[in-house]
Amino acid sequence: MLIWIIRRDLLLAMRRQADVLTTLFFFIIVVSLFPLGVGPEMNILRIMAPGIVWVAALLASMLSLGRMFSNDYLDGTLEQILLSPTSLPLLVLGKMFSHWLVTGVPLVLMAPVLGIQYDLPFSALIVLTLSLLLGTPILSLIGAIGAALTLGLRGGGVLVSLLVLPLYIPVLIFGAGAVEASTAGLGFDAHFSLLGAFLLVSLVCAPWATAASLRISIE
Amino acid sequence: MSINWYKYASPASFYFLAGRMIPYFSIAAIVLLIIGLYIGFFVAPTDFQQGEAYRIIFIHVPAAWMSMFLYLVMAFWAGIGLAFNTRLSSMVATAIAPTGAMFTFIALWTGAWWGKPMWGAWWVWDARLTSELILLFLYIGFMSLQAAIDDPRRADKAGAVIALVGVVNIPIIYFSVQWWNTLHQGASVSVTQSPKMAASMLVGMLIMSLAAWMYSIAMILMRTRVIILERERHTAWVAELKGAAR
Repeated sequence: MLIWIIRRDLLLAMRRQADVLTTLFFFIIVVSLFPLGVGPEMNILRIMAPGIVWVAALLASMLSLGRMFSNDYLDGTLEQILLSPTSLPLLVLGKMFSHWLVTGVPLVLMAPVLGIQYDLPFSALIVLTLSLLLGTPILSLIGAIGAALTLGLRGGGVLVSLLVLPLYIPVLIFGAGAVEASTAGLGFDAHFSLLGAFLLVSLVCAPWATAASLRISIE
Repeated sequence: MSINWYKYASPASFYFLAGRMIPYFSIAAIVLLIIGLYIGFFVAPTDFQQGEAYRIIFIHVPAAWMSMFLYLVMAFWAGIGLAFNTRLSSMVATAIAPTGAMFTFIALWTGAWWGKPMWGAWWVWDARLTSELILLFLYIGFMSLQAAIDDPRRADKAGAVIALVGVVNIPIIYFSVQWWNTLHQGASVSVTQSPKMAASMLVGMLIMSLAAWMYSIAMILMRTRVIILERERHTAWVAELKGAAR
């Protein structure tokens, strides 16, 4: 069932490729805005790069949260999913995973290119990519709770940012912190360990919380 | 003598119980506030390092304590409401949120006033300040989620989920000064050690905390009563109440 729901969501995403590309281009545009606003001073940009890329990744991932459940909610698929005998947290986990494949992975792949724009050294580029690889799944996992709670509400898009962004802050701090530590020549193991811990905790807790939220939203 | 808890879990009987309790808590809050402020401003000695400016702790520390404590209480009642489907607990959770947000705001604001003369900056991006700011965002998120949902039962449950998820932040705030080497000073009061401050300062701070506590209880009871009336407006007992008031 897990494989089935992942395949179904990926197929849907492939049929609506524009949605996937919009998120990616949003990410690229936000990151490109900062040099225009701050000025093309490479020394400043190099320091700011990890934070900017991470904030842009947070926003891009959050913007795509609305699509996670809303289409299924509108066409009635979600009700069928809720009625299915398979455990709901498992199905929700599949939806989270496909959300990450569709929005998180393109961001991870794009990040090194954007890092080059900011003149990050090679080692920092690797750390940036790895930190995003470890961090973006957390964004999909936590974001799903907010997406499920705001399902079908008026102004759901703005509300989801209010609910989810405060919970994203630790990921931002340690994700960007890892890159900063590596450019400063310090060890970044601790940051990665904490990101990994966040990932494991949210992997265990978020599917349950999302399943409960979906039941609340649909009853 | 055993108390019939189920009786007071009904909004109708809790409404009258709360109405009887509010005056006591309000008076206690006012009396403790006057005593606490008197001790804080006239009895407690001037700090040899921080001068007179330290006196802001008599507001700041109780507000910061209450901001964290009220979040825990709110999440507790919201969780009880989610688990046992008791309407009153969810109403209490909803009533706690504005008071908690207010104390969080006061803690941040007085902290800024204290920070300017001490650190030379209104705000620093220090772990404790940042996590207290996140706490304010969590309160606001809880309130705006509940405000966006028209069905009160769904609002209760959805709020409960987000409140429980946000509980993670409380230990982070509380232990941030120990875990990270931050600018914010460590706790001056703890249960296990003897306090690192003059006795009159400590007494003043504890009395002010009690005053904040009593104030919170009174405010929460008042707000719960309003929420009860709003949600139960179609019931017979509220109609009776309205008839009696005329």
